[in-house]
Amino acid sequence: MPQLGDSDSRSAVDILIASDRVPANARPDLLTEVDIWALLDEVKDPEVPAVSVVELGIIRAVRWDGIELSVDVTPTYSGCPATELIEELITEALRAAGFRDPKINQVLIPAWTTDWITGEGKAKLRAFGIAPPEGSSSKMSLLGAPEVIACPHCGSKDTERVSEFGSTACKALYRCKECLEPFDYFKCI
Amino acid sequence: MTQTEALKEYLLRLADSDLILSQRLCELCGKAPAVEEEMALMNVALDLVGQARNWYQYAAEQIDDGRDADKLAFRRDAHNYRNLLLTEQPNEDYAVTMGRQFFFDVWHYFTLKSLTESSDERIAGIAAKAVKEATYHLRRSSEWVKRLGDGTEESHQRMQEAVDILWRFTGELITPDDTDRVLAEAGIGPDPDQLANDWRGMVNEVLTQATLTPGPDDAWMYMGGKHGEHTEHLGFILAEMQFLQRAYPDATTW
Repeated sequence: MPQLGDSDSRSAVDILIASDRVPANARPDLLTEVDIWALLDEVKDPEVPAVSVVELGIIRAVRWDGIELSVDVTPTYSGCPATELIEELITEALRAAGFRDPKINQVLIPAWTTDWITGEGKAKLRAFGIAPPEGSSSKMSLLGAPEVIACPHCGSKDTERVSEFGSTACKALYRCKECLEPFDYFKCI
Repeated sequence: MTQTEALKEYLLRLADSDLILSQRLCELCGKAPAVEEEMALMNVALDLVGQARNWYQYAAEQIDDGRDADKLAFRRDAHNYRNLLLTEQPNEDYAVTMGRQFFFDVWHYFTLKSLTESSDERIAGIAAKAVKEATYHLRRSSEWVKRLGDGTEESHQRMQEAVDILWRFTGELITPDDTDRVLAEAGIGPDPDQLANDWRGMVNEVLTQATLTPGPDDAWMYMGGKHGEHTEHLGFILAEMQFLQRAYPDATTW
């Protein structure tokens, strides 16, 4: 277990000052990785606030490097405008929990896939009115027919795709022919 | 040409082609023929600008002269841009917009697919993310080419005209130069023959389904974009795209 004094980049005085400003619980001996995952589970996706960043599967790892906490985050899409905001929200949540200077690493390998959205995350998406991704991304065909997507409102499978692109990069636009409601589908990638 | 020189050049080509096509698509923001089309075009543009940023960041590290991704994008002039000529061609009607997108998407998809197996891990990582997006782009643009080509008399005629107008810029996509060959030999870039075959195969397949005729095999091809020799359009695109950064260099708040 790393000790407080282990850090070579910070003087003892620096750490004392830091401990003055932040609650003393942000230490590896007091806050386990499980606790930190639970903490991150409170951070919601700003564009789809129904699910947390953990449920979305974009938190790839949480590590203690000495007394520094390091979190690996992967973007959903190359151009996702929420990427920076999500990183800020994670930093903010960790600061509020007493981490002085949490480190956020953006990782690209392996690329995020909707297969990483947790079961709970998918259920929450559906309850929020967004049809969760169907099937596995590895089985998607390049020019194949669209899959059958169940309406998140009434459950009917009699739906049609209006557009392969929706209100955000991660969603497609569908319409239910049974209850006539339009809905978003979280694209399978 | 050394491998490092080729890598810098190649990263700029990928980044510049993504950015310029993205900029062209963004010209349609607020002007697309239907709201669903507008969302789709802007989504594609967003994916491309995100990918461009990833390539620029890596290019900036390789070039290592103090310029960051933003400076590479917004402070270089047309002759330093390395984008494919196809990407800078004007939107014209929707047949041209989607035809340009289709020819590009086929090239982009097979290029990225190959790059996911690059010996350069950073390239492989960026490509692994990007190829998923390019797959969606290609599905959409090929559907449009088929729908317009195999549609009404007028849509067929206009789609065929689009193919005829754009064909002269497609040779550049699949004609390798030293940069391409050096990187292919190093296992970093795609195999040029494979890329050319894949591109021709899919383009012919989709055009046939769309009842369209591809251009002749021996057509004259314009090929200067990868070396900074551009059509007259690029200067106008940059004038608009780079205005703010040129007028207020190094501003930290807009």
